[in-house]
Amino acid sequence: MRITCPLCGERDRREFYYKGAALVRPAEGADLDAWHEYVNLRENPAGPLDELWYHEMGCNSWLKVTRDTATHEILAVQLASEAGLGGEK
Amino acid sequence: MRFSGWRVLREGLTGNKGWRPHWRDPEPKSEYDVVIIGGGGHGLATAYYLAKEHGITNVAVLEKGYLGGGNVGRNTTIVRANYYLPGNSEFYSHSLRLWEGMEQDLNYNAMMSQRGIINLFHNDGQRDAAVRRGNSIVNQGDDAEILSREQVRELAPFLNFENNRFPIMGGLMQRRAGTARHDAVAWGFARGADMRGVDLIQNCEVTGIDVENGKVVGVQTARGPIRAKKVALAAAGRSGQVAAMAGLTLPIESHVLQAFVSEGLKPIVDHVITFAEGHLYISQSDKGGLVFGSYLDFYSSYAARGNLPMAEHTMESFVAMVPAVSKARLLRSWGGIMDMTPDGSPIIDHSPIDGLYLNCGWCYGGFKATPGSGSVYAHLIATDRPHGAATRFKLDRFRSGVGLMDEEGAGAQHNLH
Repeated sequence: MRITCPLCGERDRREFYYKGAALVRPAEGADLDAWHEYVNLRENPAGPLDELWYHEMGCNSWLKVTRDTATHEILAVQLASEAGLGGEK
Repeated sequence: MRFSGWRVLREGLTGNKGWRPHWRDPEPKSEYDVVIIGGGGHGLATAYYLAKEHGITNVAVLEKGYLGGGNVGRNTTIVRANYYLPGNSEFYSHSLRLWEGMEQDLNYNAMMSQRGIINLFHNDGQRDAAVRRGNSIVNQGDDAEILSREQVRELAPFLNFENNRFPIMGGLMQRRAGTARHDAVAWGFARGADMRGVDLIQNCEVTGIDVENGKVVGVQTARGPIRAKKVALAAAGRSGQVAAMAGLTLPIESHVLQAFVSEGLKPIVDHVITFAEGHLYISQSDKGGLVFGSYLDFYSSYAARGNLPMAEHTMESFVAMVPAVSKARLLRSWGGIMDMTPDGSPIIDHSPIDGLYLNCGWCYGGFKATPGSGSVYAHLIATDRPHGAATRFKLDRFRSGVGLMDEEGAGAQHNLH
């Protein structure tokens, strides 16, 4: 599995740390259910999934990677900062 | 059909013409008391114990492929009860006791081999943790002993005792642990359930779960609708998709865990051995293949195959600990779909929907749990109360944070176990 970092180009999977599904963090005062959903619950699809990967051994960027969990095919890569994933829900 | 040495002899002398299929291939009925979704180890064991312990025989096991084609056929066959935390500890103890009587109970040869497991430790901290865990295992009523470096050397002289970075200081041994023939476990439970009247229905994918007024009433399948008073999930890595049919979202990510087998070699590894470096675990099958694996690949996957970096890491660990295997060739590898919970422990509980039961989140530990899981799940389904050995596998522990069972102390978060 190789991921094309928007800044560094195509790199080996070993350069990246996997965070999991790309979810937007609830606001600080959000209720328990919102946090439960964010921390624990997962759609867990067998197919395309938006994920957060961290280019730990490259440019240190957080990436939003759309990847097919059934085939490992990388469908799209975008800087997380440009994907609207920062901040709170 | 009863298996015995006499029967094997008689069949051998008469051309093996007397053997019959081990279970029926029934058409699904329109209604059952209990429908179990998933014909793997846990689903089949659940059906068996429902029939045997609770007298509930109007049961169907629905399997989308063939019986035992999922994780029960895709593991490293290790059986053990060396867990530390209350909740896990008594459950795996219960399960190991069932393993010990299973072949006689099922009249089926599952090649249960109590060859013992040795968890090596390489530094003072790991030794202290092993002693503490060993004491906990003894307290739960099972066996554990600390081996010195020389005792380990006597049992496993092929290990690398000259490794300066990861010196072998000793090991935690559980002699009652071992391995079992994984396929035979599924077949034995299947046959036992079928003999008691359970319908095992293969090629019957569940496509929907029917819920009316908050109560489950049946399932939609590739072979038509089936009504059911109770529906029990046992779908392992596919639990998320099955639960979604009932509108539930589970605290589960499905990840891939790889396993490997070398070419057949003469007997060398007499036990199951784990290394505290790189999470490696090895054993040798009766065919001579070295069976081994290590970490998850650490990304969500349903591909049932992994990537090369983890394969490389696993081989490196193996060669570091057993230099002799560098000359062995790898025969094959595969991946299993692991239903990972945030704390690394399973869920056996009611669901928020009346009559719908959950058995999932086995992470990478499902095989050793097979009889225990079947027995306690059957108890829950039959009585609507948790079995005494499985009172802490609650679904709501993730929401409340109370009763989390994080065996590794890594934190109750996805992707940490």
